[in-house]
Amino acid sequence: MPKVYIYILVMAAVTYLIRALPLTLIRGEIKSPFIRSFLYYVPYATLAAMTFPAILSATDYLISAAAGFAVAILLAIRGKSLLFVACGACAVVFLVELFLH
Amino acid sequence: MDNKKWFQRGIKNGLPICMGYFAVSFAFGIQAVEGGLTVFQAGMLSLLNVTSAGQFAGLSVIIAGGSYIEMAVLQLIINLRYLLMSTALSQKLTSRTGTLARLGIAYGVTDEIFGVSVLTDGELNPFYSYGLTAISVLGWTGGTVFGAAAGAILPESAISALGIALYGMFIAIIIPPATKSRPVLMAVLGGMFLSTAAAYAPLIRELSEGMQIIIITVLVASVCAVIWPVKEREEG
Repeated sequence: MPKVYIYILVMAAVTYLIRALPLTLIRGEIKSPFIRSFLYYVPYATLAAMTFPAILSATDYLISAAAGFAVAILLAIRGKSLLFVACGACAVVFLVELFLH
Repeated sequence: MDNKKWFQRGIKNGLPICMGYFAVSFAFGIQAVEGGLTVFQAGMLSLLNVTSAGQFAGLSVIIAGGSYIEMAVLQLIINLRYLLMSTALSQKLTSRTGTLARLGIAYGVTDEIFGVSVLTDGELNPFYSYGLTAISVLGWTGGTVFGAAAGAILPESAISALGIALYGMFIAIIIPPATKSRPVLMAVLGGMFLSTAAAYAPLIRELSEGMQIIIITVLVASVCAVIWPVKEREEG
């Protein structure tokens, strides 16, 4: 179906424009203290909202997901690397589900 | 540090993103083929879009045979959060960074790559972004192709465990700063609380996930910015 390629190009064009316009148009430093503070908090608010409660349904069982979530929080508080935290959470999910099967 | 070093550091720090992406896009590849796309189309879709929520939603429009306008509006709404992220990233660049480099960085504005690159100290070197983007897109596109071509070969328990990888990474990004700064902790807790509330609140829960995230982000970041304005030195 050649229509699929048009869909893909429409998606890609819209998504890329959203990403490219602010980066290319905003050249200077934003002076407003409010907007600067607002932008400082954006990544924390966004990633937190995306993580919870979605993480609880990311695996096959609520219990394994909750265990993975708890372990990830603990490892992150201890300042472990991105890879270590991600792999630790995966390993815990895998182990918990071994017991569930 | 020179450009090559920055690129290498990007590759290294992007490795967990690559793995997390592989797991998520693997699932996308399986769904895409089930929906009637070829392996090539699925891979091309991932390579050109690099956006999880947008792609899953877009796939449903393709399968349903929706209009191109519907597709464009849907992508605009779901991916509008990149507008905020791209604006935040623009503040990490100086006038030395030209248009071409900015267009290159823009290709890699995703939740995860943004989260890692915006929190580096000081000015953002474009080559750091390129490194992060290269390894991440490799995982994203590779996972899609692999899932589309051979989705059935991984055991279900492995796919389930990989499903949490991306969230583990989010947590590793936001929690360490939250333990050091009370306002950041409040932003994190506020985001988690409101997204939980949004899943149950009437009307709000009908909105797309992308729209919910935008509303929550604007709300939480505004309130925090008013209560705890950031002084120059505190900024990442």
